[in-house]
Amino acid sequence: MFQSRPRTFLLAALALSAVLGGIQGRMDSYYVDVLIRIGINITLAVSLNLINGHTGQFSLGHAGFMAVGAYTAAAMTMFAGPHVLPANAPMLLSMLWFLISLMAGGLVAAAAGVFVGAPSLRLKGDYLAIVTLGFGQIISVIFRNIPSLGGALGLNNLPAFTNLFWVFATATITVYVISTMVNSTYGRGFLATHDDEVAAEAMGINTTRYKIVAFVIGAFFAGIAGGLFGHFNLTINPKGFDFNRSIEIVVMVIVGGMGNTAGVIVAAALLTLLPEGLRTLAGMSDSLRWIGGMRPLLYSILLICLMLLRPQGLFSWRRGSSKAAI
Amino acid sequence: MSTPLLQLEKVTIRFGGLTAVSELNLQIGQNELTGLIGPNGAGKTTVFNLITGVYQPTAGTITFSGAATARQKSFQLTKRGIARTFQNIRLFPSMNVFDNVRTALQLHRDHGVRNALWRGRSFSNAEKEVETQVMELLEIFNLGRMREEPAKSLPYGDQRRLEIVRALATKPKLLLLDEPAAGMNPTEKGELTKLIRFIKEKFQIAVLLVEHDMQVVMGICERIAVLDYGVKIAEGTAAEVRSNPKVIEAYLGEETKPG
Repeated sequence: MFQSRPRTFLLAALALSAVLGGIQGRMDSYYVDVLIRIGINITLAVSLNLINGHTGQFSLGHAGFMAVGAYTAAAMTMFAGPHVLPANAPMLLSMLWFLISLMAGGLVAAAAGVFVGAPSLRLKGDYLAIVTLGFGQIISVIFRNIPSLGGALGLNNLPAFTNLFWVFATATITVYVISTMVNSTYGRGFLATHDDEVAAEAMGINTTRYKIVAFVIGAFFAGIAGGLFGHFNLTINPKGFDFNRSIEIVVMVIVGGMGNTAGVIVAAALLTLLPEGLRTLAGMSDSLRWIGGMRPLLYSILLICLMLLRPQGLFSWRRGSSKAAI
Repeated sequence: MSTPLLQLEKVTIRFGGLTAVSELNLQIGQNELTGLIGPNGAGKTTVFNLITGVYQPTAGTITFSGAATARQKSFQLTKRGIARTFQNIRLFPSMNVFDNVRTALQLHRDHGVRNALWRGRSFSNAEKEVETQVMELLEIFNLGRMREEPAKSLPYGDQRRLEIVRALATKPKLLLLDEPAAGMNPTEKGELTKLIRFIKEKFQIAVLLVEHDMQVVMGICERIAVLDYGVKIAEGTAAEVRSNPKVIEAYLGEETKPG
C-alpha cells in the first residue's frame, strides 16, 4: 500500500495520530505510556535503519544524537520558553513553541550528524563503530559537565508536552521520509553504497555525500525523538542516553532486518513490549518476581539466537526488488 | 588527427619502492577500440585505476576530453564519461538486475530528494522515464526478462554482460573493460567479441580492453599496447604486436610454441 500511494499513507497515518492524541485523555495512562514509548522507539529504530541498514554504515552512537536533541529541546522549552512566550500562554502557542523546540533539537542533532559523519567517512565497519561509540560517550561526558544543564543529575520538571499525536506524527513522518527517499532512483545510491563502495563510485555515485546525508537525516530524527522523550519522561540525564540505549536501538534494527523498514517498525514495537510483558508476569505472583530482572539476559539470548538462526533479521524478506519492501 | 579522447603522458605510479607503472604514454581516440595486454602483474589494472581516479599518479598527467583528471574522484570522472567494469565482477549483490542498471542511471537524472519526498506527477514521470531507459538497455542485451532476478543469481556470462550494461547506463564516452573474457568458454568468448564490437558501433564510444586472452584482443582491437613490468614495450596493430620480438619474449612466447 505504501508503495503505490505514499501520500495517502502519510495523511491516513497523520489522521490516526491526531485521533490517538484526541482520545488519549480517555485511555488508561499505562497504555498511553507504553504507546508513547513504542512510537519513540519506532522513530529511533527507523532513523538508525537508514544509517545501519540501507547505507550499510555501523553507528553505535544513536543515543548520542538523541541526547543532543533532548537537551536542546529541553533548554528551549524550559529556559528560552519563558522569555519568548507571554505568561499563561494559550495552549496553541506553547504547542507551537514545543514544535519549534523539537525542530531545533533535530537540527542541532543533525549538525552533530555532520560532525560525526564527516570525519568517519574514511572508516568502515568496526572502526566506524568505534568512532560513533566514542561520540556517544563524549556527548554524555559533555552534558555531565555542563552545570547549567544540570550536570550528572540532568534536567528535571520538563513541561509534559509530549502526547500520542506528537509521537506518532513524528514516527509517521520519519517512516515516510526515509522510505520515499530510499525507494527512488536517488535512493538506490544508499543501497549501492551499502553493497559495494568501489563499484558505486565507478557508477558515478558520490558515496561520501550519501553517507553524510544518511547520518544527517538519521541524526535529525533521533534528535526529535530525543526531544519527545524528554517531554514525556519529564526528566533527562546523561545516563539515560548511554551506550546501552544505543545498543537497544541497534538491536531493534537487527531484529527487524537491516534495511527493512516494515520489519524494523514491528521489532521496535515488540522489543518495547517485551519488558512490559516481563514486568506484568513478574507482578502476577511472588514466585515469578525473578522474571522482572531477566530482561538483559533475555535480550542477549534473543540476539545470540537471532544471529545463529536468522542473521538477516526476523522479518526480513528478499530486498532489492524494484517494488522493494518499505 | 583530432585530439585524442584520453591521453596519458609519462604517467608513473609508485607504491613505496615498487614502480607499478613507469612513464606510460597512451592515446585513445574517439570511438577507437584499443587493447592493453601484458603478463600477470604487468600493471594493466593499475592503469585502469589511474584512469578512473582510484589512484592518483605519482608523476605525469592524464587528460580526458581536453581536461586533466588530476585530483578528481572516481564518481566525478564517471560523470565526465569514463565507465568501467571490474576484473572480479562487482555488481550490487542485494539488488536485482533492474536496480543495478537504475543505480547507474541516476547520475544523469536530477530529480533528487525533494521530488522523491513529494511524490508528485513529475516524480512518477521521471521514474517512468528511468524505467523506460533501463528496459531499453536491458532489452538490447537480452536481459529484459531477468529484470526481477537478483543480480548475483544470474549465470556468470550474464553477470558479465549486466556489468557492461550497468557501465553503459552512465552514458560513457570511454568504456574500460577489465578482462571481460576471464572465466569464459570459447563460445562465450566468441559472443563477447561480437558484443564488444556491437557496443562500439551502437553507442559510438571508445573502448579500452584489458585482456589476457589473445584470441579476443587480436580479433577486435584496432590498436594494441603491451605492458611488461609497468613499461610499455610495444604498440601497434595486432599483426605488428604479434611479430614484435620483445612481445614474443615477454608474453607470447609460451603461447605460440606448438603443443
